[in-house]
Amino acid sequence: MVGDQGLVSVTERDVVAPPRATAARRISTFLSSHARARLALLLSAPLAWLVLVYIVALAALLITALWTVDSFTGEITQTWNLDNIIEVVTGSLYQAVTLRTIGVALLVTVVDIVIALPIAFFMAKVASPRLQRILVIAVLMPLWASYLVKAYAWRSVLAEGGLADSVSGGNSPGYGLPATIVTLAYLWLPYVILPIYAGLERVPNSLLEASSDLGASTGRTLRLIVLPMLWPAIIAGSIFSFSLSLGDYITVNIVGGANQLLGNLVYTNVGAANNLPLAAAIALIPIAIMVVYLGVVRRTGALENL
Amino acid sequence: MHRITARQPALLAGLAIASVALLTACGTSSPSGGGETSAATEIGEGEGSVSILAWPGYVEDGTNDPEVDWVSDFETQTGCTVTSKTYGTSDEAFSLMKTGDYDVVAASGDLSLRLVAAGDVAAVNTDLLENYDAIYDFLKMQSWNSVDGVSYGIPHGYGANLLMYNTDEFETAPTSWDVVFDKASENKGKVTAYDSPIYIADAAVYLMAHEPDLGITNPYALDETQLAAAVDLLKAQRENIGEYWSDYLKEVSAFETGDSVVGTTWQVIQNSVTTGNTEVVLPEEGTTGWSDTWMVASEAKSPNCAYEWLDYIASPEANAAATAYFGEAPSSDAACEFRDDCESYHAGDEDYASQIWYWSTPIAECLDGRTDVECTDYSAWTTAWSEIKG
Repeated sequence: MVGDQGLVSVTERDVVAPPRATAARRISTFLSSHARARLALLLSAPLAWLVLVYIVALAALLITALWTVDSFTGEITQTWNLDNIIEVVTGSLYQAVTLRTIGVALLVTVVDIVIALPIAFFMAKVASPRLQRILVIAVLMPLWASYLVKAYAWRSVLAEGGLADSVSGGNSPGYGLPATIVTLAYLWLPYVILPIYAGLERVPNSLLEASSDLGASTGRTLRLIVLPMLWPAIIAGSIFSFSLSLGDYITVNIVGGANQLLGNLVYTNVGAANNLPLAAAIALIPIAIMVVYLGVVRRTGALENL
Repeated sequence: MHRITARQPALLAGLAIASVALLTACGTSSPSGGGETSAATEIGEGEGSVSILAWPGYVEDGTNDPEVDWVSDFETQTGCTVTSKTYGTSDEAFSLMKTGDYDVVAASGDLSLRLVAAGDVAAVNTDLLENYDAIYDFLKMQSWNSVDGVSYGIPHGYGANLLMYNTDEFETAPTSWDVVFDKASENKGKVTAYDSPIYIADAAVYLMAHEPDLGITNPYALDETQLAAAVDLLKAQRENIGEYWSDYLKEVSAFETGDSVVGTTWQVIQNSVTTGNTEVVLPEEGTTGWSDTWMVASEAKSPNCAYEWLDYIASPEANAAATAYFGEAPSSDAACEFRDDCESYHAGDEDYASQIWYWSTPIAECLDGRTDVECTDYSAWTTAWSEIKG
């Protein structure tokens, strides 16, 4: 019938009418010739959401950090000042805790990468396809269990007379920063293995073979061929483990003994102290650290290869 | 014997709070007014519902555990349907009360006075409450539940922060808090402490007995020098701390595994430890503790049902059920008839209770009545606590 109408219209009308200029058609014509407008429309909804969720929340955080709390009524006084930020930047407590947090996050990241590299290499280059699938599932498996369950499991492992004690003959590190690093490294390991595994998958076997054919030793091949190609994936994994460690406060509460990290300071200031502005100011520290970290990473050029 | 009584500064503290309350009342032009001092004169017809804000475990209607239910009886008796919300910290409760959504609140001493001062709760006419008479006298009209001779609520239950120790490590029972302070290094890495700024008061109680030169007369009224002394004591203690606790189950497990061998505790924790190698004592310096109060919101939508609840929860059977479930001493001997563990909580033992400094909110106006200095307030304590933990 559609074809009929087309034919009939030629006889019934004098000329072939151009498509009727409906609003939809006008928009469609406009969009087909304006690629940028097309892109803008496509992305505006998700971007609006992104702005709402991330940018507005961050802005609210920044603004709150500029207010103060009336210590008696517990209500926020909306007078602008930099007291909280100055206190957080200059206070020796915050400097010490910030350094401790960065140290923990760096060590967790290093431990994770060192463990993840051989595992990921085995998964991507050595294992049979069948074993590969099983290993991916095995790596993902811990993510099915609750964070808290895993942290408390480590608490009992590290407890006096626990597994760590009986394996090491009573030399368990006990609760403290080492326990925190071990537990966090365990928690974030899948997030580091997966990007490195994906990165290794993209390294063609032919390159490794060519390198070997040209007489390079295994170590040289790894150093000169694999590592440069893998660098962006390692960076991606490190961003996960580093940023997740920076914000953590539950693990250190469970296995960290008497130590506190930045997250604990935020938590006590919101919960116990009812001082949201100071908590917001403290929360800006990990954000600033991540901005610096991403800036450094960007300079190495690793982000472009992601 | 060195005995500390919490009562002497009560009147002065009351006066201090009253004057602060007055200042607050002047400072904020509350459109409602009135509600702050005028207590109800009779309990009228119930409104059909009542909204309650309380600590977890205080208002149980069987949804958490079908066996644990003292709300349903109240609902059938009075026709007031109960909706309840729990809170985790006194500060959270303080901000929740600002919403005006709650008719009744269960407040510890570090919350009750702030609510009175902010005008969020009304005076309570205890003559209207049948079960008030049976309540222990040493709980009535205290600095944390009355201001200027006016009652702002009825006592619910109380407990002390005790010293718990591992009997394998201590051959003789410690009698002093020095095992967690000056002698803490003997158990380095296995000492525990309560993770809250209010724990500074525990150090102050210790200093009261051991450093009389500091002149501390109330552990919740510390001037700059006294706070600094307490902070120094706690920083020294920090070196020997294995871990701090605020979740009581965490302390239970730490004592069961032996990761902690000595530290501050609650009776309910001692009752929960299954390994049987722990004991608790009330050290000779005295101790801190809590005494909770049921209060009525100054702008309660259901004041009659609120009074019904206050009376009901003070009734022996309900009070016994609620305090037993939480793990604290009930508010009357009659309630003990319905419990078999009153002895372990020393319910009704006035001597025992007089050694407890109940939690109060430290405020700038010294609670011990000093006017020549300004005391450190709770926000200063919070900052200090963060510094102690480092």
